[in-house]
Amino acid sequence: MNDTLLKVSGLRTSFFTDDGEIPAVNGIDFTVHEGEILGLVGESGCGKSVTSLSIMGLLPSPPGKIVGGHIFYKDEDISHAKESRMRQLRGNDIAMIFQEPMTSLNPVFTIGDQLKEAIRLHSHLSKKELEERSIELLKQVGLPRAKELLKEYPHELSGGMRQRVMIAMAMSCNPKVLIADEPTTALDVTIQAQILDLMVKLNKETHTAIIMITHDLGVVAQMCHRVAVMYSGKIVEEGTVKEIFNRPQHPYTKGLIESIPDLHDKKDSLYTIKGSVPKPGSITRGCLFAPRCEFVMDKCLEQTPELLGEEHKSRCFLHQG
Amino acid sequence: MFYYSIKRLLMLIPVLLGMTLIVFAIIHAIPGNPALTILGTKATPEAIHSLNRSLGLDNPWYIQYFSYLKDILSGDLGTSIQTHTPIASEIWPHLAATIELSFIAMIIAVFVGINAGIISAWKQNTVLDYTAMILALIGVSMPVFWLGLLEQWGFSIKLQWLPSIGRDDIRNSVDPITNLYLLDTLLQGRFDQFWMVLRHLILPSIALATIPTAIIARMTRSSMLEVLKSDYIRTAKAKGQKMVWIVYKYALKNAFIPILTVIGLQTGLLLGGAILTETIFGWPGVGLYIYNAIQYRDYPVIQSGILVIAFIFVMVNFVVDLLYGLFDPRIKYR
Repeated sequence: MNDTLLKVSGLRTSFFTDDGEIPAVNGIDFTVHEGEILGLVGESGCGKSVTSLSIMGLLPSPPGKIVGGHIFYKDEDISHAKESRMRQLRGNDIAMIFQEPMTSLNPVFTIGDQLKEAIRLHSHLSKKELEERSIELLKQVGLPRAKELLKEYPHELSGGMRQRVMIAMAMSCNPKVLIADEPTTALDVTIQAQILDLMVKLNKETHTAIIMITHDLGVVAQMCHRVAVMYSGKIVEEGTVKEIFNRPQHPYTKGLIESIPDLHDKKDSLYTIKGSVPKPGSITRGCLFAPRCEFVMDKCLEQTPELLGEEHKSRCFLHQG
Repeated sequence: MFYYSIKRLLMLIPVLLGMTLIVFAIIHAIPGNPALTILGTKATPEAIHSLNRSLGLDNPWYIQYFSYLKDILSGDLGTSIQTHTPIASEIWPHLAATIELSFIAMIIAVFVGINAGIISAWKQNTVLDYTAMILALIGVSMPVFWLGLLEQWGFSIKLQWLPSIGRDDIRNSVDPITNLYLLDTLLQGRFDQFWMVLRHLILPSIALATIPTAIIARMTRSSMLEVLKSDYIRTAKAKGQKMVWIVYKYALKNAFIPILTVIGLQTGLLLGGAILTETIFGWPGVGLYIYNAIQYRDYPVIQSGILVIAFIFVMVNFVVDLLYGLFDPRIKYR
């Protein structure tokens, strides 16, 4: 397939603190194709957000730094691109929406100011065209009273409305890739569903590829085509949503799926994966998941498994003979 | 906004009344008899008694207070004991001198202070940041009288670049209209004099600006640091916006409320007459005016001077209150 838009290969991002180097992302590979929705799943602190910030070139630096690997957008390596080049790409080719709609909009500028700015940065529209495009975008994301909204300030909007504005802003220049970093985490359930529906709708209409970063497997099942499961800075399993949910290979993925609450199940307590995510960099030998794994073998403590497979890849000796 | 302004204006009345009461009380608490000061130590008790009566000083304090209040409201600030001229007409040239000096000093302080603070925050923990903050620390701690003397020694005496004293040259003095000399020379089309007045302003305004500059710089830095970490700054970067633009447009407007508060307080303080600076540079402002009055025990002048300064302070803060709404739409004026 040659419709690859974004290719991350061997990406390693570390934070350099007083305690030394902390590898937040430790060699991950994945690709995003045109019009595809890829889910990036994992617990808090597994490196999902750092991956997205690395792609955008928005790592807080110092202390964050890309120490290895490449990020290809189309055929261009952008992992160490100049700031001026990244500014052209940001918002125009690769856009991003964030977890916190309540604080992601600037409180002292109107919705119109902020939306128009996003458009103006990457196009040359007249004042009237800007106004029209803004109204069109707000309507596209399902916001009523678009014209009046342009003159309002973020504090006059609800969380769901603000997230819609964020989506409108991200979509304003028809990006090829949209990175959504837990866009629904801060919203209540009904609004969550609406926002997810909206994103699926935009994906179908505009063919924008979406990287959906989440810790909620329900979200993945509902909207993604493919999914990559991250654990402690590495991808442990990758495949189509159907494959992963029906035939999970890695014990961690199995654990995640088992711990989804089931309405029809009468069990008193939910399944949990024992232990917690190891501190990045604390395990240097063997499989990172070994200390928490139910199926741990001697080999797992000695050797580090590779991510192997064709369409369905996993990083586990159980499936690698 | 309009109703808020009116309401806020009405709320000034009790503040100003309280102010007059305090000024009145302070003056009356000071030991010493005005009649004795006016007539001299050799005055007979009868003469003192009759002067007290003619000045109304034998009345109970509340009668004195109300007659004082009545005078103020009718624009009568009393008469100077020293010069026998009405204070209201005497004080304006001094006030104008102070306003002009403070205005220039505040322009310097706001411009330098805000930029230094922004660069410090933007380039946090770099040499630029450390340099700016060390300079700010020096600025806050350096005594103004010492800095003023250093300036005079360096720029007036050694280098002979700038005049060291006064508002204008004695042989080329400005013909006052408003007593704001920069304005007056412009109105008269005397650009040579404008330049001369500006040269006189440079040294005292720099001396006067150091402390406010340093305070504004430090406030800007801390306020900007907080804002630059916020999510909406990240959003702006994600749009592809330039960092300079983000810092000066996005972040500054958000960080401006505490900076504005400090600017207001500092402006109030400067307008209150910087006695030290004005004394060193022979600047005929309110500070110097009151300083002379204190030396002569010219109570009416002291009283009116303090009243005018307090009034200005209250008004500056009133304006700052109104400005808050311009910078933050979340501050609702009801």
